[in-house]
This record gives sequence, C-alpha cells and structure tokens, in this order.
Amino acid sequence: MKFAIQVNEGPYQHQATDSAYQFTKAALEAGHEIMRVFFYHDGVNNGTNLTTPPQDDRNIVKRWSELGKQHDLDLVVCVAAAQRRGIVDEGEMQRNGKDAQNIAEGFRISGLGQLVEAGIQSERLVVFGD
Amino acid sequence: MSTLHTVNKSPFEKSSMDSCLAYAKAGSSVLMYEDGIYGAIKGTGCTQKIAAKDGVNFYVLGPDLKARGVSEDKVADGIEIVDYAKFVSLAAENDKVQAWV
Repeated sequence: MKFAIQVNEGPYQHQATDSAYQFTKAALEAGHEIMRVFFYHDGVNNGTNLTTPPQDDRNIVKRWSELGKQHDLDLVVCVAAAQRRGIVDEGEMQRNGKDAQNIAEGFRISGLGQLVEAGIQSERLVVFGD
Repeated sequence: MSTLHTVNKSPFEKSSMDSCLAYAKAGSSVLMYEDGIYGAIKGTGCTQKIAAKDGVNFYVLGPDLKARGVSEDKVADGIEIVDYAKFVSLAAENDKVQAWV
C-alpha cells in the first residue's frame, strides 16, 4: 500500500517525529511504499544538519537521512515553515542572501503543494503531531 | 467505510479521547499511543467509556506503554496491545486514518 507521512513537530521536544520514524520503518519492513514524508510547522527542524545530539542519544536527523538513503524516500521540508525557522538549502541561501545552508542529507525544500499531492496520490496519509 | 482513529493525548489532560469516542462509529478502530496510552489503564473513567462503546475495536501501542513504565497487566480487558507492525496494518486495513492530534 502507498503511504504518506506528515510530521508536525520538531525533534527532542515531542514524540511525534519518533513515532513517525518508527511507523515509517515498520511500514517499509512490511513491504509498503512510503511515497513521501512531509515535514511541516516545527517538523522542519528534523531537516537541519547542524543538529549534534550527545553520542549516547538517538540522532533523529541522521536517522531520517539514513532511512531516506536506504529506501530512496522523498523527505520534503515545507518552504514557508523552513524560512521562518532557518532551514536553508542552496537555492534558499542564494534567494534570500544568506551565507550558509544547513539542509540535512536526503531532505529537500518544497511547497505545500507537495503535501496536497501526497494526500491525493497516497492511499493513506498518516499525521504525527502534538 | 472504517476509520482508524489515533489518539496521542492523555484523557486526563486533553479532551481529544472524548472527541474521538463521540465520533468513532461501529466497525472503526481506536489506537492509543504516546501519552494516549494512559487512557487504556484499567479502573478509570476513560476505560468505562471505552467498555461502553459497542462495535469499536480498541488498541494500545506496547512500546509507548513500556516507555512510560506502565506494565501490560494494567491495561483494561478488551484493549489489545499492539506493536508498530500492527499499527501499520491497522492503518492499511481501515479505509482512512484520523489523527486526533
């Protein structure tokens, strides 16, 4: 079955992204397709490569990147939410005259249309938030 | 048309479980996870409401019970303890998923 996942909360603040990760992993293990993971609101903070948690803690950002790489996942960060929270890729850096970028590996910045499309094209949209 | 309702808030803190119970129709399923697992503990007003809800299947996520130190024998009768794999199959088996976030 084709699933889409929406994550509305950032890492280390709320369990939503942990739950979403475990659900996504279990769905892939069961042979389902994850057509997109959409990070919205504070959820965009899951996509910054500046995150450096203590070594004995789970690295939530890296964990998403690795799962994404392993299964070729489409990890999409909402552009408007990202601009507000300082999540920047090459294009946003140039467009907004910033001197750095921090989008984590495997993530891309795009618009809300990607969420609407995920809702239409997937068979189930599962939302994780506060 | 069956729905999987997911509840992630304690019924002792927020009213989302009450809203969910008001909307859940016979044939649908309710999964309690994250802080929602507190709704599955036997002997509370919440589990009374759950017991009174005919035709709705109730589930609680085992890993989130464990994360909160709630042992499985505290879970009320009639509520099935599930893992993430079963969470996924519930999402697939029902026609849609409604998150009461």
